[in-house]
Amino acid sequence: MAYPKLAALSAGMLLAFSAQAAEVEVLHWWTSGGEAKAAGELKKTMEGKGHKWKDFAVAGGGGENAMTALKTRVVSGNPPAAAQIKGPAIQEWGAEGVLASIDDVAKKDKWDTLLPPVVANVMKYKGQYVAAPVNVHRVNWLWVNPTLLKKANAKVPGTIDELFVTMEALKKAGIQPLAYGGQPWQDSTVFESIALGVGGADFYQKAFVKLDQATIKSPTMLKALDTYKKLKPYTDKNAPGREWNLATAMVINGKAAMQFMGDWAKGEFLAAGKVPGKDFLCVAAPGTAKDFTFNIDSFVFFKQPNKDAVKGQQDLATALMSPSFQESFNLNKGSIPARTGLDMSKFDECGKKSSEDFKAAAAGNTLAPSWAHGMAMSSATQGAMFDVISQFWNDDKMTAQQAADKLATAAKTK
Amino acid sequence: MSTTTHSAHYGFAERWLPRLVLAPSFVLSLVFIYGFIAWNGYLSFTASRIMPNYEWVGLDQYRILFENERWWVAVQNLGLFGLLFIAGAMGIGIFLAVLLDQKIRAEGVLRTIYLYPLALSFIVTGTAWKWMLNPGLGLEKLMHDWGFANFTFDWLVNPDYSIYTVVIAAIWQSSGFVMALFLAGLRGIDDSIIKAAQIDGASLPRIYWRIVLPALRPVFFSTLMILSHIAIKSFDLVMALTGGGPGFSSDVPATFMYQMAFTRGQMGLGAASSMMMLATVAALVVPYLYSELRSKRRG
Repeated sequence: MAYPKLAALSAGMLLAFSAQAAEVEVLHWWTSGGEAKAAGELKKTMEGKGHKWKDFAVAGGGGENAMTALKTRVVSGNPPAAAQIKGPAIQEWGAEGVLASIDDVAKKDKWDTLLPPVVANVMKYKGQYVAAPVNVHRVNWLWVNPTLLKKANAKVPGTIDELFVTMEALKKAGIQPLAYGGQPWQDSTVFESIALGVGGADFYQKAFVKLDQATIKSPTMLKALDTYKKLKPYTDKNAPGREWNLATAMVINGKAAMQFMGDWAKGEFLAAGKVPGKDFLCVAAPGTAKDFTFNIDSFVFFKQPNKDAVKGQQDLATALMSPSFQESFNLNKGSIPARTGLDMSKFDECGKKSSEDFKAAAAGNTLAPSWAHGMAMSSATQGAMFDVISQFWNDDKMTAQQAADKLATAAKTK
Repeated sequence: MSTTTHSAHYGFAERWLPRLVLAPSFVLSLVFIYGFIAWNGYLSFTASRIMPNYEWVGLDQYRILFENERWWVAVQNLGLFGLLFIAGAMGIGIFLAVLLDQKIRAEGVLRTIYLYPLALSFIVTGTAWKWMLNPGLGLEKLMHDWGFANFTFDWLVNPDYSIYTVVIAAIWQSSGFVMALFLAGLRGIDDSIIKAAQIDGASLPRIYWRIVLPALRPVFFSTLMILSHIAIKSFDLVMALTGGGPGFSSDVPATFMYQMAFTRGQMGLGAASSMMMLATVAALVVPYLYSELRSKRRG
């Protein structure tokens, strides 16, 4: 079609512009407080190596807007050097034939020995590294405001049953139990943790990774759906459309007691000057203490039209995996380093706990990819599942059986 | 001799200059409107995922589209929204125009006030109404603060009613515009007809109903065209006001298309849904154009 010409034209323009300085343009969606700080770390590291950092930040929590911007750039033959893409989406982009291999860097720096195999596999397309992981997020966290719990004389829930006891006590004390953001990805983030707590790691793998029809329609799934829906009376009416960081702010400011959210929420607590263990608690979502749903942020590298950019790309890959960057970045982001064997002494107790649980889950083979965060299924299937979960949450006439049937249909989306 | 050559030259310029001047815009619209429509149509028959590809799958995408529950919610919402929005904006707009037509004082000021919402983008309208209709921030909270504890207005967060909040905001935005169109039309009507009717003893409502409004038929049709295309392509208002939510209860075809094509890696499905939108617009516009052209030829 018209692409080659267009691509050649824009490549020519790029050459003309980039003659003076190697510019590394990086697309990401880290725009909220704690996240923006983390992105600043990366910029500092790259500028230390003499590259010009060009920030290509597109706001919007789940990165939907960023992906739209990225597609436009790739179609016009002018992709950024690297973009924040993760999970099976890496394979989807690989299939489009636009990714650059960074196997040279990976071999030189021995990535295979640094990364757990389950992480390394996600970063490779057809056996070659095309992406560098920067962190491991744990999704199955519950964030707790201990002051409010003390006020209601309630204790931190360890199981699903205890969760409802705690929420009831809070409600009686006139405290809103759950901070909730009613956006499709957040609905599914909460549901995913509940389903893991109700059904366990095996059920989770079968239902959301293998997309097994019988498991999706099983009584366990119905129980998970019912349990999820039972949370609704403990949230407020204004939740629909609320951003996740605003829901986190409700826990920070004492307007609500708990929030189900991945550990990026910690960055918000820290940015507000709160101390983990004292002002807020991080506990595994009820019933999931031994499990670990992971969400790994990674940067994917795109084929570049000129050599300067390739050099910048390789330096970026090295920088992303360097111990100093992985440490400082994750201290800001709230996650833990993707490369193993790093000293965790500078991390707070949430980070240390996450790191230990990650190692234990990796050894016990219970690491579960977070499907709500695009680690388990294609974006089309995930989107169809999102639709069902959000509809179930919002529509009080819909039964768990109907929702399970719809999930089964959604799982067949290709 | 010399006069004939001169006129020949003149004839050449006269014949070719307009075509030459029009050519760039003709080519641009040919490529960027009709060319892209054709390309989109082609994509709707392919298995395109996150980016366009050309793997032919026939009518598969349309089959998937028609089996998709969310698509039918979007279509139903568009029907509801379109009817209520057009009827509401038209009704309020005409009513305001008739009132303003009574040669009242400070008409200029009032006209500006009613027309002003049109100067806002739908994003601004949507955001403002989102705040006003949010039960915890806006109207409901205000009424509670004033002591009406039983007052509830939670349409924005109620999946059964969320689409009606879009209707409210859209009517607020557009009825001033309808008013301006009809006011202009009303001013164009010959005073002597109205005076003659008054002499015959017709009441004012009767004059408007039987004489003035029927005379405004062309205005009526052009307003209908403008409002219905605003309704079909409505996207920004829904995105800003409800984001298609709660769940996907206030989705419309345009937001559906955007979701599928740009965030879910189902570009083929998105292309199919936009072809359905094109078909809807064509079903409205083609008969109108046909009747317009025919009446012109006759006249």
